[in-house]
Amino acid sequence: MAPRDLSIEKRTIAVLVDNEPGVLARVIGLFSGRGYNIESLTVSAVDPARRQSRITVITSGTPQILEQIKAQLDRLVPVHGVSDLSMEGPSVERELALVKVAGKGNKRVESLRIADIFRARVVDSGHEHFIFEMTGKSDKLDVFIDLMRPLGLVDVSRTGVVAISRGPTGLLS
Amino acid sequence: MGPGGKRNETMPGKQMTGSQMVLKALCDQGVEVIFGYPGGAVLPLYDALHQQNAVRHILVRHEQAAVHAAEGYARSTGKVGVVLVTSGPGATNAVTGLTDALMDSIPVICLTGQVPTHLIGNDAFQEADTTGITRPCTKHNYLVKNVDDLPRVMHEAFYVAQTGRPGPVVIDLPKDVLQAKSAVYIGPEEVKHPSYRPRTKPDPRAIEKAIEVIAKAKRPIIYSGGGVINSGDKASRLLTRFVRALGAPCTNTLMGLGAYPASDPQFLGMLGMHGTYEANLAMYNCDVLINVGARFDDRVTGRLDEFSPNSYKIHIDIDPSSINKNVVVDLPIVADVGAALDALVKGWTNGGHSLSQRALKAWWKTIETWRERDCLSFKTKSAVIKPQYAIQRLYELTKDRETFITTEVGQHQMWAAQYYKFEQPRHWMTSGGLGTMGYGLPAAYGVQVAHPEALVVDIAGEASIMMNIQELSTLAQYDLPVKIFIINNQWMGMVRQWQELLHGGRYSQSYSASLPDFVKLAEAFGAVGLRASKPEELDDLILEMVDSPRPVVFDCQVDQTENCFPMIPSGAAHYEMLLGPGDKAAKPVSEEGMVLV
Repeated sequence: MAPRDLSIEKRTIAVLVDNEPGVLARVIGLFSGRGYNIESLTVSAVDPARRQSRITVITSGTPQILEQIKAQLDRLVPVHGVSDLSMEGPSVERELALVKVAGKGNKRVESLRIADIFRARVVDSGHEHFIFEMTGKSDKLDVFIDLMRPLGLVDVSRTGVVAISRGPTGLLS
Repeated sequence: MGPGGKRNETMPGKQMTGSQMVLKALCDQGVEVIFGYPGGAVLPLYDALHQQNAVRHILVRHEQAAVHAAEGYARSTGKVGVVLVTSGPGATNAVTGLTDALMDSIPVICLTGQVPTHLIGNDAFQEADTTGITRPCTKHNYLVKNVDDLPRVMHEAFYVAQTGRPGPVVIDLPKDVLQAKSAVYIGPEEVKHPSYRPRTKPDPRAIEKAIEVIAKAKRPIIYSGGGVINSGDKASRLLTRFVRALGAPCTNTLMGLGAYPASDPQFLGMLGMHGTYEANLAMYNCDVLINVGARFDDRVTGRLDEFSPNSYKIHIDIDPSSINKNVVVDLPIVADVGAALDALVKGWTNGGHSLSQRALKAWWKTIETWRERDCLSFKTKSAVIKPQYAIQRLYELTKDRETFITTEVGQHQMWAAQYYKFEQPRHWMTSGGLGTMGYGLPAAYGVQVAHPEALVVDIAGEASIMMNIQELSTLAQYDLPVKIFIINNQWMGMVRQWQELLHGGRYSQSYSASLPDFVKLAEAFGAVGLRASKPEELDDLILEMVDSPRPVVFDCQVDQTENCFPMIPSGAAHYEMLLGPGDKAAKPVSEEGMVLV
């Protein structure tokens, strides 16, 4: 038997599904029922005419488990296609965060200065708070949020990662 | 409403209720019989059922039995089994059967009633989240909220249930949808699923590669499973042709018994935990392993890191998720096994290939030395019936008839698999993956409904049979002459065996206390009751059973201490088989093995 590779890898997987009731529960139930990890999961309708939604899931496991995850996803009845964006050539990944920071004086000025460096936008402000909107790779968001922590970080809301392959071809082509 | 044609016969404006549409769709799908139990939410459907004669309804006594009956029907015919149950408890009682059908890849459609759409989510009477509960135990499920969707969903469900790797599909039907009227009935041919397209044709390059590897094999083995049976009878014939063309040994999984004729000299018997010595050692020592429609189940592989360690592995399976799930293989072939076998047989014969006869002769010589151990031999006693002997006699006295065997779960199931020889597919019905006690009796009458003239025997244990004993009433109602052959050792035998081998002989809760008098029980349900306790009376009583036109409960009182051998202890490898009671002390089960089931 071929030796098993037991190293843990992280993968970004995109799944195109029929936008029907229960489809997200099917995907999540598959992960929980079979003991797979979900590090991030996003879902939204992407094609109202065809009634399709796209799910982006970041998961981790051994290469054998990751192949299982893709095969198990692909055999769900409402799934049109599964794409392993980490393996199938270059891709773009983005995440959006809304970050609320409350404070006065220097801390407040400092938070705005850092936001400027990170190209975060101010989407709401008051005398004692800002809400920043920031888009980028997840690790950049992590760094920004860490920098905000001592400056009065109150709340963070993140979308989870969305991803798409580079180049002219689509998920089903 | 009669049996509908295959074309869309709906006139514009011709109104049908949801219930009528369900029945019309069943007719259009060729359904002749359904197994069910009525209740509040499905009353409209039962009302429509009452007003037609095309679909026959078998009233079960518990919804779990309805699903097992549909499984027996499906496995013995190759058609889809259909179940109809009410909402709430009707649906939850069906869950065990659905899980069983999922594990063993049996095509079943289960229609469940549901509270009316406006009450869904309100904790209404007999409401359960049926699609939520059955999502992990079905291949797919539907909640129909609009009557216009109903015909499409019905036909789609049949398509999903029986194509690809077959499985159970639930259609949840709110009561108001069953009562609503619509004029948009469509026939099966108009339904195309947008995303579900199982792959059935093998990659020709993979077939070519497989033939190239097999042609160089010195110690090949074919390991075939339930997928061959699911693929259709042609697949079994192709398997036989392929194995004979190679001249190689063939072993079957529990689910695959009958896919290859058991009397054939190239057949090594079942493999796995209670498989034969020769089958398991051949798996361990082979150099090319050809898995045809099996899934490397843990009952088959034993300890994974010692499973067939030096072989090149070819795996034919219609389900891509079966590939590399338990065992990493060298050459996957994702296809219907019938199509793959067809391509292999053609490629092999047209290419004029043959195995090295010298190597093959040496391989068979080795296998014969394993066979000489005669691992299924047992010591008979004059005073008491050995369970193996009882099944041997049952086989000898029924083999010349059209006989279907079902089982419950436990020692008797393994003895049936070891000692009853199956020559054809679809004659052996057992709960393999889930291991559901209570499966055998309802599955048996599901078979009997499909094959009214055949002899159908449920080989049971005294503990398992109690789990769906109420179904004796169903046998009585429909004059179904099922024979229930109880291997009665007064213990939950497999539990007791594991307690003996692994838990210091502390027989915690495994004694079958307070058993009923099975003869009187049979009579109370209008069946014939027979009892045997001595070897010399067995043959006459078995003949009396099989010749009876009525259902029979046969209480076969056997040796209470007998264990099921050979056995691979959990966590052990194929070569570490225990061949009999004397073997157990020498090889203690590892701690890793103790946690396995």
